[in-house]
Amino acid sequence: MSKRSFARHALSDWMKGTGPDSDIVISSRIRIARNLSGFPFPMLATNQQAREVMERLTAVAESGRLSGLGHFDTIPLSELNELERRVLVEKHLISPNLANESRCGALILSSNESVSIMVNEEDHLRIQCLYPGFQINEAWELASRIDDIFEEVTDYAFDEHRGYLTSCPTNVGTGIRASVMMHLPGLVLTQQINRILSAITQVGLAVRGIYGEGSEVQGNLFQVSNQITLGQSEGEIIENLFSVAKQIIEHERAARQRMLEESRLRLEDRIFRSYGILSNAFIVDSKESAQRLSDVRLGIDLGLIEDASPQVMNEMMVMTQPGFLQQLFEEKMSPEQRDVRRAELIRRQLHRKPDHGGA
Amino acid sequence: MICQECEKRPATLHFTKIVNGEKTEFHICESCAREKGEGLPGTANGFSIHSLLSGLLDFEPGGTAGAGSAKQQTLRCDACGLTYAQFSKMGRFGCSQCYAKFGDKLDPILKRVHGNTVHTGKVPKRSGGKIKLKRQIEQLRRDLNEQIVREEFESAAKLRDQIRELERKAAEG
Repeated sequence: MSKRSFARHALSDWMKGTGPDSDIVISSRIRIARNLSGFPFPMLATNQQAREVMERLTAVAESGRLSGLGHFDTIPLSELNELERRVLVEKHLISPNLANESRCGALILSSNESVSIMVNEEDHLRIQCLYPGFQINEAWELASRIDDIFEEVTDYAFDEHRGYLTSCPTNVGTGIRASVMMHLPGLVLTQQINRILSAITQVGLAVRGIYGEGSEVQGNLFQVSNQITLGQSEGEIIENLFSVAKQIIEHERAARQRMLEESRLRLEDRIFRSYGILSNAFIVDSKESAQRLSDVRLGIDLGLIEDASPQVMNEMMVMTQPGFLQQLFEEKMSPEQRDVRRAELIRRQLHRKPDHGGA
Repeated sequence: MICQECEKRPATLHFTKIVNGEKTEFHICESCAREKGEGLPGTANGFSIHSLLSGLLDFEPGGTAGAGSAKQQTLRCDACGLTYAQFSKMGRFGCSQCYAKFGDKLDPILKRVHGNTVHTGKVPKRSGGKIKLKRQIEQLRRDLNEQIVREEFESAAKLRDQIRELERKAAEG
């Protein structure tokens, strides 16, 4: 049963609200896409081939080769019900694609949930490392080590000119997607965000919602990632993302400072109004919850709200998602029932004292 | 990255749409987006994403459109059976052999998506041994030339021997 602990406890390491620049960068993520040579990509693989790919890749984890990096569990997707899969998506441990469509899909998950390795997603192997705060280099180093471990015993589809061959032409080459999830209420409130986002896209980076491609921006959370995977080395890709993210962090800090100096009263009113509503409301829908949690998180980061920790907020962003709520309360709920439970959960968490005196 | 519509201005809007697991990405500039009307993500039937992506993948370098598309209808990967027409519709390869099979047709696509066509990053340690060896030999040759220019003949001789050794290894495969 320990394999299913991911569905029970809310806190992955990346949600701890710690790490460098964690007032703005929620998490840093590296994903590496790899395929085995000699097998069609998962989309066209026969059941037999998909099963063989799964067996080969999970065998690497079972052989103990990863044990130097922590404890890992292998979880075949077929063993999980719909709700458990959804919780994994909400915790950013697997992609919606793996949850919904994969044949012979599997997840190899580290016990602190900072490494999740997807088998038979769009590509045969997707190694994901997720760190709290701004630690994109650290995430890359770990992902690359895991990549080396798999490569020791499996033949990757690799071409001298095209690099690592992937199912989608947007991943070919390095196969890496490096991304940082950033909380940018200052830039949104001071209306600088559109200018900055369009500048970001000019330098080969993309901006997405927090649940990845195709998802909406919620609660002022933006995911900035590299768009280019071919023709730049991994180091260049990460360096580019790092320096752009560093600049966004500075702009965000400046915007927050300016708001404090120029319109403190209005800012405090907004933050404490949201805090008041979340502490007392009985019905909160997901959109309102995301927006108000963002306000409260800003209040915590600015030192205006002292009796709640940033960790609570990161947790809440995940725990108030539909799948997680239903898992937590162990009942199937209509959207209206979820709004009631969501409000209940947030009230309870906000009245709870910080775990270790805040971060 | 250049706008897929006007092919002139830089693309500043990047969208991905997933319909029944079919993923499509497109990149356009703001004025084309405005011209096309609503059609931005979230709105149902505006901008035809499929036509955009197909437009991107059907891109035929040099050849006339008619002859090109006839040829492209029949182009098929022997290993997995995916046709080029299916590839342009889905935007995904069926297997790693597709890259070789669709060969030169990919350069303009990759160029548009990445601005580049050649990998310069990590190489697998084990299976990529030969490529690593090749990169290593190239580096040693550069070092060798430098030593010769500097008239450091003793270290140049050492480098020469190293290169020979590596070349022998490479030849053995």
